[in-house]
Formats: sequence, structure tokens, C-alpha cells
Amino acid sequence: MKSILYFLIISLISIKGLSQDTDLLKGIADTTKAREYVTGAYKSTRVIMSQSLEMLKPGVLDFRILHRFGNINQGISEFFGLDEATIRLGLDYGITKNLTVGIGRASFHKEVDGFLKYRAIQQSAGSGNVPVSLLFVGGMTMIGESWSNKDPEPEFKHRLGYYFQAIIGRKFNEIFTLQLNPTFLHRNMVPTTGDPNDVFATGIGGRLKLSKRISLNVDYYYVFDQPVSYDFHNPLSIGFDIETGGHVFQLHFTNAAGMNEKVFLTETFNDWLNGDIQFGFNISRSFQLGGKKKK
Amino acid sequence: MKLKTLFFITGCILITGVGYAQDRYFTKTGTIRFFASTDLENVEATNQIVTAVLDIKSGAIQFSAPMKAFEFKKGLMQEHFNENYVESDKYPNSTFKGKITNNADIKYGTPGTYDANVEGDLTIHGVTKPVSAKAKLNISAKDIEAGTSFTVLVADYNISIPSLVADKISKSVQINVTTRLEPFTR
Repeated sequence: MKSILYFLIISLISIKGLSQDTDLLKGIADTTKAREYVTGAYKSTRVIMSQSLEMLKPGVLDFRILHRFGNINQGISEFFGLDEATIRLGLDYGITKNLTVGIGRASFHKEVDGFLKYRAIQQSAGSGNVPVSLLFVGGMTMIGESWSNKDPEPEFKHRLGYYFQAIIGRKFNEIFTLQLNPTFLHRNMVPTTGDPNDVFATGIGGRLKLSKRISLNVDYYYVFDQPVSYDFHNPLSIGFDIETGGHVFQLHFTNAAGMNEKVFLTETFNDWLNGDIQFGFNISRSFQLGGKKKK
Repeated sequence: MKLKTLFFITGCILITGVGYAQDRYFTKTGTIRFFASTDLENVEATNQIVTAVLDIKSGAIQFSAPMKAFEFKKGLMQEHFNENYVESDKYPNSTFKGKITNNADIKYGTPGTYDANVEGDLTIHGVTKPVSAKAKLNISAKDIEAGTSFTVLVADYNISIPSLVADKISKSVQINVTTRLEPFTR
């Protein structure tokens, strides 16, 4: 009996000695996973038309050139719409990792727009995990072109529009992200008395990552308060994001004429089912101005 | 069982436990810096939460570095590093498992600076390759400062650099490790 006990003791000592070789890190490395914020839900800060749930890193300046061509169904005489182009030039800047400011000007209506985008909640995994990101966007638009109807002449305030949007979204996995964009828009002036000044719409957008640098993006709004004076259709855009180091290219097809919230939520006359589709491409180029602030 | 025998056995087990732990030195705040810069771009990052363990009896040494903790000056570079190059969602940690081949020459009880030859397996991006390096151990009464510097090839670890940015990222990466290891007491 005693010899068995001694044998057991000796084997215990030697077993402990052996385990040193297998994994030294066991018992030292943290077993509880620290909170990890989820990033990379989209390749850029726009889905296609809408703001996405991605923010710019602090100190990053994003130069955006958006092009929208004419309707493809105009045929070869208009070179399938490529002869007509409208453009929006914009600059977005990341103030902090949760606050972005942006300004832009579109050739359509010579409209200037500006916005502030704030991320209230960022999706995170690990300890204290949060399943979604919550963001808010507040923006203003101003028509720059001279009035076509000057009888009576509208006032300056009639050039303005305001919008407020919440973004609730989730990066489900490396491949799939989905978000909802409930939006409220107010225009100070509308074409006829029947058209609503206040518009409520819900956007839904998402992306499917096809490879490390390419994704398929879809962006759609259902507009509840549609204009009555013309044939309005809900805007829908479908396209590809191609990321190449510092640039992100967004090649897409859409029925939406405008490139800011006020225009695409109130002035989309084109109908996908009619083939009134326009080709567009957005280029986003990021520059790091000033270093990242140390956390 | 006789009480005496029980105490004796328990005593042996306890002694074994305590003796074993004193052989290990560790840190959870080790620093690893890497440089893959070219004339066109400054590609460098620092990770300050590297875990490292050294067993002074056997010379076995292990490192684990969480890839998402490599901090770059340019936020976009950090995002691309994680998303496109090392794919840190798939491979969250890089690890090194190896040993000091001349461990017998190192007198851990005597403070001083010692040269150590380290050999082992480095795993990055799911690929394991053998590496060897010369390290310096600065042993004092309370801790061991261990540091080393070595070079690896990006392509060895299945990390592809697209031709568009080939001139901006160096094909070989210099890795600097700086740690201050303290005795592991449970």
C-alpha cells in the first residue's frame, strides 16, 4: 500500500514537471474577453445614398466626388445617359471617433448641404456586448440656383431644407451588415399646396462582402409622405464598393436623381420598372490630417 | 489511511505546487513594434499588451500578441491591416512558442546582462514558421528585461500585398520585442 502511495506522489511531481512544456500561457492569459468594438461594417461612411453606420477615424478628411449620369433607357443618342452628369463634391471630416462633420455642393439645383453625424452607441463584442450601433445625423440643405418662378419672388428661407435621421445597424458577421435609417425631412417650400412640407421615410440598407475589398451594397427608402404634384417613386440604389488602399469606389445603379437626402426623398421621378435607371459612381479618398488622438 | 500519511502526501503536493510557480516569469504588458516602411509610406505599429511567459528552468518561452492591439498613426492603415492583411477576425492572435537554446549558460540567480539564443515557431495569420533570434536578458533581483529584434518575410505568412500598393509596403518586416518579466506568483 505504502509503495503505491509513494508511486502516486512521485508521478504527481513528474506530471506537473511535464506540463511546463505544453502551454506556459495557460493560467496567465486573461480568460475573460475584454470589450471589443466592432469595426469595418462597411468600406466607407455611405451605403450608397445614405449615411452608413461607419464613422471616419479622428483626424481623417474624406474627399468625396459623387457622379450621377442620365437615364440609361435614353439610348445611344445620349450614350445611355453618360452625356448627362450631375456631380456632388463633398468633404467629410472625423472630429472624434464618434463625431463627423461634412459639407458638400451638388450641381443639381446648385444645392449646398451640410451635416453632423454622431455615434451614440457602437456595436461591441466581448464583455458588456452591445448588438447594434446607434447613430444620429442632422443636416441642412440650401438651394443655390436662382428662382425660375419670380412671381411672387420667394424669400431666402424658402431655399432651405432640414433633415434628421437615426441609424440603427448591425454588422452580423464579416460578410453581412444591415441597417435601418428612419428619417424626417422638412422643406420650407414645396412645388404645390398639395405637396407635404414634412416628409417621413424609412431607409433600409446593407452590404454583402464578396471578397476582402469588394462588397455588394443595397440602399432603399420607403417614403411615407409622397408628393402629389408629380409621379414619385421610392429611391433604390444597388451597387458595388471597391476598396483600393486609400480610395473607395462605389459603382451603382439607381433611380434617384439627387445625391443629398432632400432631393432623393422628394424628387425621385424615375421608376425602376420603367427602366429609368441611372449609372453613378462615387469616389472617396481619405487623407489623415493630424494623428489619431491616443485613447 | 493514517493521518500522518495523509499530511505527508498533502505536504508533498503543496511543495510541488509552490516550487513549480517560482520558475515562471511573465508580463501582460510587453511591447512589440514592427516596421514595414518604404520610401513611399511609413508602415509601423506598436502593440503594448503582449503576453509573454518565460520558464527559467527549461528556457521555454512563449508570446501571444492580440492583432487588433497594434496601433498605427493612420487610422485607415490600421483598419486595412486588420481587414485586408492579417484578417484579425479570423486570426485574432499571433503567437511564438520556443526556447532559449543556451539556457544552461544563463545564471538567473546572478544579476547581469546575458545573451540568449532563442529558437521556436512563430504563428501569424494562421501560418507557422520556424524563427531564430538573438535576445538580450537583463537580469536584476526583481525582474528580467528581455528584448530581441528579428526580421520576417510578409509572404511567408500568406499575407498578400496587392500590386497596387506593392511599392508602399516592405516585403520584409522588422520586429522589435521589449518586455519586463516579473515572477509569476499565484
